[in-house]
Amino acid sequence: MTSKPGVLRSALGHVRGLGSAKEGTHHWWQQRLTAVALVPLSIWLIASIVRLSGAGYAGFVDWFHNPIHASVMILFLVASFHHAQLGMQVVIEDYVPGHAARIVCVTAVKFGCFALAVLCTVSILVVAFKG
Amino acid sequence: MAEFTLPKNSQVKAGKKHAAPAGAKNLRTFQIYRYDPDKDENPRLDSYDVDMDTCGPMVLDALLKIKDETDQTLTLRRSCREGICGSCSMNIDGRNTLACLKPIEECKGDVKVYPLPHMPVIKDLVPDLTHVYAQYASIEPWLKSDTPAPPNAERKQSPEERAKLDGLWECILCFCCTTSCPSYWWNGDRYLGPAILLQAARWINDSRDEATGERLDNLEDPFRLYRCHTIMNCTQTCPKGLNPAKAIGDIKMKMVERQG
Repeated sequence: MTSKPGVLRSALGHVRGLGSAKEGTHHWWQQRLTAVALVPLSIWLIASIVRLSGAGYAGFVDWFHNPIHASVMILFLVASFHHAQLGMQVVIEDYVPGHAARIVCVTAVKFGCFALAVLCTVSILVVAFKG
Repeated sequence: MAEFTLPKNSQVKAGKKHAAPAGAKNLRTFQIYRYDPDKDENPRLDSYDVDMDTCGPMVLDALLKIKDETDQTLTLRRSCREGICGSCSMNIDGRNTLACLKPIEECKGDVKVYPLPHMPVIKDLVPDLTHVYAQYASIEPWLKSDTPAPPNAERKQSPEERAKLDGLWECILCFCCTTSCPSYWWNGDRYLGPAILLQAARWINDSRDEATGERLDNLEDPFRLYRCHTIMNCTQTCPKGLNPAKAIGDIKMKMVERQG
């Protein structure tokens, strides 16, 4: 590749760079696992909403009082936000140029997803216990 | 880094028209990307009318006829003219392929010929492959074994072990796949791309090689390997009918397999 001005490093030296990060598989595998988990969870959520259509606010609150419903709902949300932050990280690494900008964007997404997951979980617990 | 528009000095302008010799009846027009590094000009698209009655059937035949008879400045790589050397890889009719294996009659309308996408261009249809060759060197594409070879015999491999190399050894390193991959376009400085990862799989799957773990260690990286998002352009474009996407998937599965 045409070298930039002031850069005389060999092509092989450039490719080897800082070496392998020795990670990546965990991230990739987590993405697959959350995707697989979200298939039944999403079907369950859609089916539940369809079944409850017309039940009104009280009907939904009552439904959340069942510990299985509340638990599966928390599982759905945690899997969704985990999957979202893993996926967004890949998109950012693909399209955002520059190491600093990448780190800022990835960090913002991770903090955002984590905060939303906690908020949603606490909200479900509040509804489940207090109604 | 993603680039969605060409930089100003890479935008392709209209070029010269070269008419076919008088009397030619069966004409096909070839529109060919031209870039001369010695001139301070943008690349241009020259058009050449070729008499198909006196031309061979493949795009490479037409390119060589143009170079021989019409415009000797047209620059391209070629060698074997039968799909073995991988030299004449270029973008023809919107798809990366080998000019020697691409029949002209398969192209629709004017035959458009560009160099391999998103690579630095040295001249006309000749891309600079320094970086991909360095990436190839980085996977150390040779047999690594601590066990010495038998003194008076070859290293043995069963037919089953040998069969694991089928679909991998046939790669001719034309880089049609690598340069068709959007992920390689955006992050080619660190992502190794389908051609190099298929070659890596060729050594990872070789029963005679004893450095499998070391090879996987070298690829265990969010950019070197995991920029592959199974877009599948590589498999769709390979002029040898190989499946780099599957080879990459196999490497990923081996990475998971060794973790538990």
